[in-house]
Amino acid sequence: MKILVAIKQVPDTATQVKVGADPRLIDTAGITWIVSPYDEFAVEEALRIKEKRGQGEVVAVSLGPERVKEALRSCLAMGCDRALHLNDAAWNGADTLATARALAAVIKQEQPQLVLCGRQAIDDDMGAVTAQLAELLGWPCASWIMEEAVDAEGTTVRAARQVEGGLEVFDLPLPAVLAAQKGLNEPRYPTLKGIMGAKKKEIRDVKAADLGLGAEPSQLSVVGLEALPPRPPGRIIQGDVPTAVKELVRALREDAKAI
Amino acid sequence: MEKFRGVDYYGIEALLSEEERMIRDAIRDWVETEFLPLVTEHHRAGTFPVQLLPKLGELGVFGATLKGYGCAGLNNVAYGLIMQELERGDSGLRSAASVQSGLVMHPIHAYGSDAQKERWLPALATGEKVGCFGLTEPDHGSDPGSMKTRARRQGDGYVLNGTKLWITNGSIADLAVVWAKGDDGEIHGYLVERGTPGFSTLDIHGKFSMRASITSELSFQDCRIPLENELPHVKGLRGPLGCLNQARYGIAWGAIGAATACYDWALQYAQQRVQFAKPIASFQLVQQKLVWMLTEITKAQLLCLQLGRLKDLGAARPQQVSMAKMNNVQMALETARLARDILGAAGIVDEHPIIRHMLNLETVNTYEGTHDIHTLIIGRDITGLDAFGV
Ligand SMILES: Cc1cc2nc3c(=O)[nH]c(=O)nc-3n(C[C@H](O)[C@H](O)[C@H](O)COP(=O)(O)OP(=O)(O)OC[C@H]3O[C@@H](n4cnc5c(N)ncnc54)[C@H](O)[C@@H]3O)c2cc1C
Repeated sequence: MKILVAIKQVPDTATQVKVGADPRLIDTAGITWIVSPYDEFAVEEALRIKEKRGQGEVVAVSLGPERVKEALRSCLAMGCDRALHLNDAAWNGADTLATARALAAVIKQEQPQLVLCGRQAIDDDMGAVTAQLAELLGWPCASWIMEEAVDAEGTTVRAARQVEGGLEVFDLPLPAVLAAQKGLNEPRYPTLKGIMGAKKKEIRDVKAADLGLGAEPSQLSVVGLEALPPRPPGRIIQGDVPTAVKELVRALREDAKAI
Repeated sequence: MEKFRGVDYYGIEALLSEEERMIRDAIRDWVETEFLPLVTEHHRAGTFPVQLLPKLGELGVFGATLKGYGCAGLNNVAYGLIMQELERGDSGLRSAASVQSGLVMHPIHAYGSDAQKERWLPALATGEKVGCFGLTEPDHGSDPGSMKTRARRQGDGYVLNGTKLWITNGSIADLAVVWAKGDDGEIHGYLVERGTPGFSTLDIHGKFSMRASITSELSFQDCRIPLENELPHVKGLRGPLGCLNQARYGIAWGAIGAATACYDWALQYAQQRVQFAKPIASFQLVQQKLVWMLTEITKAQLLCLQLGRLKDLGAARPQQVSMAKMNNVQMALETARLARDILGAAGIVDEHPIIRHMLNLETVNTYEGTHDIHTLIIGRDITGLDAFGV
């Protein structure tokens, strides 16, 4: 069974994001880039499906600039068999729909039976690509997946989604698109051998023309980014305990309206 | 404190290959999520998280530079970076990996028979089996050449008698690589399995350093082992010294890990801690300490990187390894002490990692050849005159 995992490279979760000189972009100086954590769940799950079935291929795909190769290399180190890098100036500033169109085109070429992604990328938190992609492909889609099981024949997948207070269980005919939620699995660390083996695996550059696509103006355009106003300093309530507690309760009730 | 940000003042990152960086980052992540949350508890209890050994094995940390036997076949710089990241966690964690790789797998690989290699290397690589290295004795530390432990040939085996002291992982080891003098009066290496009659271990308690690491005494009383448990391909002090040369190389890198942990922590603390209405980082005396640490760390990084590249070319001399071990551990110990000072009273509690590193580094300064012994090794090398006092 061929599985395709769509991943996004995002700033490390510990990054203190700053607005850049162009106020529509973040300042990327000094940022450490990682595979978006939800996408790592997707990679892990794809590898587990392959391992469980004892055969198959896991292909990692990402759209973005040259640096994205490093994220793809980490997926190869975890165990993906090969990678596709949608790497073309035509996709600079691609919005979710343009990204989904590029992914849909590459998926039509690759013809995997299952596409896995993260429920959202942790940089802009749009969480739209998965659904747009499934729509463009005309495939069923389930998001916030906590469990999945592909049947022995590889024709359907049973997937459990996280919903308020429980799980909602679906059967989806394959091919299908699944988006991983935290808790689906515990992603493995790449082993040292895996890292050494990754450089021997292929990362193929894919251009828009290879997919029969041209430059597509994004329909969504970012107008600006604004940092949140700095948090007001904390307040220390002075005085003896009974008075301080009274004041704390009052402040929580009247000023903060928290209780 | 914020997550560790790495220390690279001289753009040394650019001198590393993509694989070397990925390997470093993988181990850094592992230490951050799997080890650091456990360390305080183990340090307090004086225990080592043994359950992590198979996990390190799975990652491929043990015997990482060896080829075959399930090992990763990494270059020496990648291996050094692994040691650096492990010791940013704790010197005890790095010690466990150093012993398993440099002091147990290395001698079996370099001096062992094919049967010994087949039997032990794969299981040591996965961490399924744990090894220890017995050289030091109660009365013979810096001068192991005068060791008392004997292995006498008797019939179809050797009989070991003697005591080894200060042995890392001694009581949890499945296999001890023991150095003893044979009937020829020369030092030989012997593989002694746990449970062999006449072989017993006892843990050392009351340590104020390397608390999150097990240190034991090994005792051999008429302990009989088969002839095929002798390492066939080495004799003399050269055997154990060849192992120490491997492990000392790892220590030189490891010391950078401990030093950067202390430096990064102290820098963040100094920027946040306010006295006399200013962050203490704004005072010249505090800045001087931070600058000293960063300068020394940078020098140590360059020393190790070049040493690693030399080692990959097969051109690193043991005396050069001595210089890196001596210099880097000294700078790490001094960095830890200065960092401890910058934190004031907060520096003495284990809520911050600094006092733990500082105390650990006292051991690192002593083991694998004390700082002074390495000075004498380099002194002899450059003057041609032996100052060991014999
Ligand atoms: C936590 C821990 C773990 C260890 N793990 C292991 C292990 O796994 N396996 C193992 O075999 N050993 C191990 N060791 C032992 C370690 O290698 C020895 O402690 C070290 O070699 C020093 O020996 P010593 O303690 O007997 O000190 P000594 O040799 O007695 O030295 C004491 C002092 O005298 C100085 N000195 C000695 N000779 C000279 C000289 N000629 N000129 C000038 N100064 C000199 C030394 O520099 C030192 O300052 C461990 C030690 C510790 C603390």
